[in-house]
Amino acid sequence: MGQPLALKATNITKRFPGVIANNKVDFTLRKGEIHALLGENGAGKSTLMNVIYGLYSPDEGEIYLDGDQIGELRKVEIKNPHDAIHMGIGMVHQHFMLVPVFTVTENIILGHEVTSGPTLDLSKARKQIKQLSEDYGLEADPDAVVEDLPVGVQQRVEILKALYRQARILVLDEPTAVLTPQEAEDLFQVMEQLTNRGVSIIFITHKLKEVLAVADRITVMRRGEVVGTTTPAETSEQDLAAMMVGRDVLLQVEKGPAKAGKPELEVHNLNVHDERGVDVVRGVSFEVQAGEILGVAGVQGNGQTELVEALTGLRSFQADRVELGGENIPQSNPRALLELGLAHIPEDRHKHGLVLPYSIADNEVLNTYYQPPYARGLQRNWDAVYENAENLIKRFDVRAPNPLVPVGNLSGGNQQKVIVARELSRPVKLLIANQPTRGLDVGSIEYIHSQIVEMRDKGVAVLLVSAELDEILSLSDRIAVMYQGEIVAIMKTEDASREELGLLMAGSSEDEPSQDERQSRDVDASQALEQVEG
Amino acid sequence: METTLDSRSPTSLERFIARWRTWIIIGIGVTALVIWSYVYNPVVTEAVLSSTVRQATPLVLGALCGLLGERAGVINIGIEGQMLMSAFTGFLANVYTGNLFVAVLVGVLTGALLGLLLAFMSVTLKIDQIIGGTVINILALGLSGYFYTAGLTTRGKLQAFTLGPLADIPLIGPVLFDNPPITYATIVLVFLVHYVLFHTRWGLRTRAVGEHPRAADTVGINVYLVRYANVIAGGAIAGLAGAFLTLEAVGSFERAMTNGRGFVALAVMIFGKWTPIGSWGAALLFGLASAMQTQLQFGGEINIPHQFIGMLPYLLTIVVLAGFGGRARPPAADGVPYEKE
Repeated sequence: MGQPLALKATNITKRFPGVIANNKVDFTLRKGEIHALLGENGAGKSTLMNVIYGLYSPDEGEIYLDGDQIGELRKVEIKNPHDAIHMGIGMVHQHFMLVPVFTVTENIILGHEVTSGPTLDLSKARKQIKQLSEDYGLEADPDAVVEDLPVGVQQRVEILKALYRQARILVLDEPTAVLTPQEAEDLFQVMEQLTNRGVSIIFITHKLKEVLAVADRITVMRRGEVVGTTTPAETSEQDLAAMMVGRDVLLQVEKGPAKAGKPELEVHNLNVHDERGVDVVRGVSFEVQAGEILGVAGVQGNGQTELVEALTGLRSFQADRVELGGENIPQSNPRALLELGLAHIPEDRHKHGLVLPYSIADNEVLNTYYQPPYARGLQRNWDAVYENAENLIKRFDVRAPNPLVPVGNLSGGNQQKVIVARELSRPVKLLIANQPTRGLDVGSIEYIHSQIVEMRDKGVAVLLVSAELDEILSLSDRIAVMYQGEIVAIMKTEDASREELGLLMAGSSEDEPSQDERQSRDVDASQALEQVEG
Repeated sequence: METTLDSRSPTSLERFIARWRTWIIIGIGVTALVIWSYVYNPVVTEAVLSSTVRQATPLVLGALCGLLGERAGVINIGIEGQMLMSAFTGFLANVYTGNLFVAVLVGVLTGALLGLLLAFMSVTLKIDQIIGGTVINILALGLSGYFYTAGLTTRGKLQAFTLGPLADIPLIGPVLFDNPPITYATIVLVFLVHYVLFHTRWGLRTRAVGEHPRAADTVGINVYLVRYANVIAGGAIAGLAGAFLTLEAVGSFERAMTNGRGFVALAVMIFGKWTPIGSWGAALLFGLASAMQTQLQFGGEINIPHQFIGMLPYLLTIVVLAGFGGRARPPAADGVPYEKE
C-alpha cells in the first residue's frame, strides 16, 4: 500500500451535548501525501482535526504517529496543542493566528523564541527563517509587518510558522476560502513542494474542483461519519457531491428557457464614485427584463460591488436614468427601494445581511418590522413575527431548532437561507443577488440556485453578480461582463464561451490596442484564463 | 508568486519617524525653549526643571503600570486607587516602624496586592475591567479615608543624593542627578520596562497576548499567567508611585492626596503610545505644565487668576485625549476578557 503511514486515527468518537460530532471515525495519512478531507459544514471535519490537534480529547478512539523505525507506529496521547506541536503536527487555521502588528519574524518565533541570554535574538531568528523559506520555496520578507501583507502571503507565514516548529504533518483548514484563484494556485504549488520534502498534508475543504486537482486521496465525511475514502482517479465531482450530501446533487442547474417580459430595471449611463472620489462605475447602461436572469461576470474589484450598492440605495450615484418598474429610483434610500419591490441578497451576509446576535425571527422582519402585521402602531406584534419566522423556517428549510435562535449560531448555509427567506417571501419585482453562494457547501448552493431560478420563473427580474464563472454560466440568461467599472459586453448565455468571457474579464476587446497595451493585456488575459480554468 | 509586495517595506527608521513625528517636533521645541530660558534666567529654569522631574515621577510610574496591563490586554483604571492605598500603607508603615525602606516595600506590596485583585476580577472572573478598576478606586478612597487619623507624621523622608561627577554637568546635573532614590528608580524602571517589553521573550509574549490572545494560546503561551503577572507587576509600580508621594515628595498623608494623578497617568500612557520611553516624555511634558503652573502662580509676572493657571495640566490632558499628536492605536485585545474554547 504505497508509502508508510504518518498518522493513524482509529475509532474516534466525540460527543457533544445532543450531538455525536464524530462517530467511530477511522482516518489514515500516508507520508508525503495530500489527503483531502471533504464534507459539508457540520460534517465533523473540524472536530476530527481538533482531536488530532489536541484541542478536544476524544471520548473513544486512539491516535498513532509514525515511530522511530520505519513502518512502526506508536500510540500517542495529544492533550493540548502544545503536545501536538511537539509531535510535529502543525495547523493552519482558517482564521489566521497571526498578530497583525508583529513582523513576520516575531510571529514565527512567538512561543519558540530564539534568545541570547535574556535578550531576543531577532537577527539570528531572521536568518533561520530566511533559510527555511529558501528550503521550502516559501517566499516571505521576515521584516514585513503582517498586517501589510496580502492574505496569500499571510497564509505562507502561517505555514512557515508550522515548519519552524518542525511540523511533519500539516493540517490546512479551508485554506482557499480566503484566497483569490491566483493565490490558491500558488498555494497548491507550495503544497506540492512540501510533500516532495516529506511533509504530509491534511487538506480540509468543500470545494470539489480543488480536491480533484490536488489531492492524492480523498476522505468524505457526512454527519460525523466517514462515508468513504477514494482517489481523484476513481471519482468525479458528481460522485463526491453525492457522497457529501447523501443523495444525488444537481451541480448543473435545471432550468427552462426564460420567458422575458417588459424591462423591469433600466439603467442608463450610471456613474459611481468610491470613498476617494475615484470613478469605479463608469457610464454603465443595461436593462433587466421581468423573468430573466442577467449575470454580471468580472474579476472582483471591477466595480461590481459599487454597482450593486448604488442600485440598492447604499451608495449615491449619478445617472441619466435609473428606473425600477417604470419609476425613477431614489438616491440613497434603501427603504423606499424595498417598498418599490427590490430584494437584495448582499455580498457580505455578516456585515450587510444579518444582525448576528438577533434571533431568526427578528432577522426575518428586518425590512418589514414597521409594517402591519408585524407592527401595530408603535408596538411590535410579536405573535405575527414569530409565526412568520416559523413558516419561513419550514418553507426555506432552515436548520434551526426554533425561531428564537440567534442567527450568529447558525452555519453559513443556514444564515444565507435566512436572508433568502426574508428577501424572496415578499412580493418583489427585482432581485439583486451579489455572490449569493460564496463560502457555502454544495447542498446549500443547489438550494439557493433553485430558489433564484424559481423567482425568475415567477416573473421577477434577477440581477446576479458573481465572481464564480460557473455560477454565472449555469444561472444566467444573459451575461454582462464588467471590467474596470465598465460593462464591456452583454451577450446571450448560449453565445458565450468560457474562453471569451475570460478574455473579456481581463479587458481584452475587439478594437486595436497599441503594441505595449496589447502585451500587458495578454498577460492579464492569460491570468484570467488560468482563473477561469482553475 | 506575484503576490509579494513590489514596493519595499519601510525601514525601521522611517517607521519610527512616521510614528513619532509630533513628539520629535514637541521635543525640539521644548528643548529650544529650555535652552533659551536657561541663558536668560538659569536659576529659575533649573528650579522649574527640577520641579518638572518631581511632578513627572508619579505620572511615569502610573503610566508604566497602565501600559504593562494594557500591553497584556487588561485595562487598569484603578491606578489612582493603587497609588492612594500604597501611599497610605507606606505612610503607616513608616509611622509605626520608622524605617523608610520597609515603608517603601510595604507600599510596593500593597500595589501588587491590588494588582492581584484587579487581575482576579478581570482575568478569572471576567468582570468588565472598567468596573473592576472603579472598585479599586472606591475601595482605596474609602479604606484610606476611614483609617486615617489626623496628626500622624512620618519619621523622616527619603533624601536626595548626588550621583558623583554627573551632578556637576550644568543644567542636566542638578535636574537629573541630584534626586532622592525613587526618582532614580523611576528612570531605571523606564528603561528596564522598555527592555523587557521589546527585547525579551516575556515582552514578546506579553504583547502577543494583548494583541491576539488566541494566537498566543495556539502556540502554547499561557494567556492567563501572562496577564496576571503583568497586572501584578504594574500594581507594584503604581505602589512605588504611592510611596513616592508620601515618603519622598510630601512626607505625610492626606485624604485623596493622589488628586487625579492616576488618571492623568492614563493620559500620559496614551500620549506615549503605550511605550515606556514615550510615556516618560509625555510625563515630563505634563510635569513641565505643572511646574510652570507653580512658577507662574508665585512668580507674579503674569496677571492671570491662579485658578486658570492651575488648569494647565488638565487642559493638556483634554487636548491629548482629544487626539492631538495623531491617533495612537491601543493593543487590539485591550479590555477584552479571554475565553478559552
